[in-house]
Amino acid sequence: MSAGIEIQIIAVLTAVACALPGVFLVLRKMSMMSDAITHTILLGIVLGFFVTQDLSSPVLLLGAALIGVITVWLTELTAKTRLVSEDSAIGLIFPLLFSVAIILISRYAGSVHLDTDSVLLGELAFAPFERMVVLGIDIGAKGMYTGGVILLLNILFIGIFFKELKLVTFDPILSAVIGFSPAVFHYSLMGMVSLTTVGAFEAVGSVLVVAFMIAPPATAYLLTDDLKKMIGLTAGFAAVSAIVGYQLAVYLDVSIAGSMAVTTGIIFMLVFFLAPKRGFFADIVKKKKQKEYFAENAFLLQIDSGVNAMERAAVTSKREKKIMADLRQKNWIVGEEKYALTAEGIQQVESIKKEWFPGFQNQEN
Amino acid sequence: MANPLLLFSDYTFQTVALGSLLMGVLSGILGSFAVLRKQSLLGDGVSHAALPGVVFAFMLTGTKNTEILLLGALGTGLIATALMMNIVKHSRVKFDAALAVVMSVFFGLGLVLFTYVQKSPNANQAGLKRFIYGQAAAMLERDVYFMQICAVVLLFIVILFFKEFKLLTFDSDFAKSIGMPIGWMNAGLSLLIVLAIIIGLQTVGAILMSAMLIAPAAAARQWSSKLWQMITLAAVFGGLSGVLGTWVSSSFAQMPTGPAIVVCVSVITIISLLFAPKRGLLSRLTRQHNQKRKLEAERG
Repeated sequence: MSAGIEIQIIAVLTAVACALPGVFLVLRKMSMMSDAITHTILLGIVLGFFVTQDLSSPVLLLGAALIGVITVWLTELTAKTRLVSEDSAIGLIFPLLFSVAIILISRYAGSVHLDTDSVLLGELAFAPFERMVVLGIDIGAKGMYTGGVILLLNILFIGIFFKELKLVTFDPILSAVIGFSPAVFHYSLMGMVSLTTVGAFEAVGSVLVVAFMIAPPATAYLLTDDLKKMIGLTAGFAAVSAIVGYQLAVYLDVSIAGSMAVTTGIIFMLVFFLAPKRGFFADIVKKKKQKEYFAENAFLLQIDSGVNAMERAAVTSKREKKIMADLRQKNWIVGEEKYALTAEGIQQVESIKKEWFPGFQNQEN
Repeated sequence: MANPLLLFSDYTFQTVALGSLLMGVLSGILGSFAVLRKQSLLGDGVSHAALPGVVFAFMLTGTKNTEILLLGALGTGLIATALMMNIVKHSRVKFDAALAVVMSVFFGLGLVLFTYVQKSPNANQAGLKRFIYGQAAAMLERDVYFMQICAVVLLFIVILFFKEFKLLTFDSDFAKSIGMPIGWMNAGLSLLIVLAIIIGLQTVGAILMSAMLIAPAAAARQWSSKLWQMITLAAVFGGLSGVLGTWVSSSFAQMPTGPAIVVCVSVITIISLLFAPKRGLLSRLTRQHNQKRKLEAERG
């Protein structure tokens, strides 16, 4: 298998693996936790190294995953004092842990061959150099197996606990009442996020992990209300970003991780602007229509109440003229200088009264 | 070193310490507004988004003049802020997700541009990286001079509009009802916060800048419920940790400045959370304990 294809496979596996738990982070408004965890795992790796003195030991990864969960716990502990807000708590805890990690690495730089760059920025281009060798046979790049394993773990986790996750995400109180502890699922989810980050950062770097975890689910969130569909779309967007991003990186000869992050962003922006119901343009059109609807009916009510016949003679502003023209076209009002309601207009006024002032219907009788 | 305080008469140290002091004071002041307006993590977003701006400014001009690079950073920082606000305003995506997406994507763009520049024959790019990790020690006299000017201007604006910003922070509905142009005021205050973040970048770097914005303000909040007192305290805490961190990093071998400053400011925050009178955890516990005792005594 060529190095290029191996990189591509690693990228797709890692992207989808990161994006899956991201769905729940986005829905539970905890996206920034991924940013915190991706930074603090560095401390876990450094501490793990001090214990084992071996950079390839699995203890490092375990330490990293543990620190990820500890980060979440510390953040929540800080927020729970209610002395600082939740987002402030995130911004207090992770820089501290990250700083400690950087200081440790700098102080013991001689003995730790840990490159902060590779943790943060990642270098997918080097991934094929790390081989998986079983019984003396080279069976492909290590990253493919790591990516595959974390993807499988995430699929299993979400597949087995789908109902529970759904309930805890959308109705934590109900789930606590019927006996699923939200805390247990919360920490299992955070454990999965941590584990996924640890598995992924080696290949793609911390920052891209955040991009993969949050951008595809946020994109999918703009398109659907159905959790299953959202998960499917998320996986699709992640995979496409990984493929397009890598091809772009090769074509432009630039950072692979960076290019894939940018691709997730481009896809997000496209969907954000163009999404049929919840996109930017759809929202602008919707708000404009609401405004028009309100203005037209407010005019009708004014005319109906009689204040208007006189005052409306002085209609001058362009916007008001347009509204009047629209009303006339709908055949709700007649008249040029003074306005009067048509039969349809009166009907419309009645229905608007019912809609806007439901309590006052029988006032006139 | 015979006397660690001797360092304070060292000229290079003075320059760097003054830079860190200014950074701390500025982020303390503007951070107070950010924290009270629940925009704590804006610092994280903007500082990451500054990276492509820095590289882009370098690509365009070919210089490594701090002012020009920071101007680029300001550009992308503002674009990122506007994007985040619009995503939240016009879609169902919440602030946290918008922030995470914009931040990581802009940072990725920065990496792309960075690797693009690295290949160019004009490989004069060393020094761009200091904006990721921050490198206080590399601050030049003119950088600090530039920071001084920025600090004076920002301070002047904050003092001038103090009342307006206060109203905007605590009761923007009322501000709107009395006819203040809150759209512009909001944009103005956000601009000031972004400026403070950008100025701090070269000292502590993109990743740690969020702590500088939040920690002094969060610490100061525990000691006072008056805005001007809180802001003053936050400035003092920020400045103090700037100088302290610089001192620690110059006194010990291989001690990076940015992380040292962040550890200092975090320690101040932890102390404040635990021991501040009235709001602090310790005083809360004592109060609860006393109440319990009182209740039990009354019951007999």
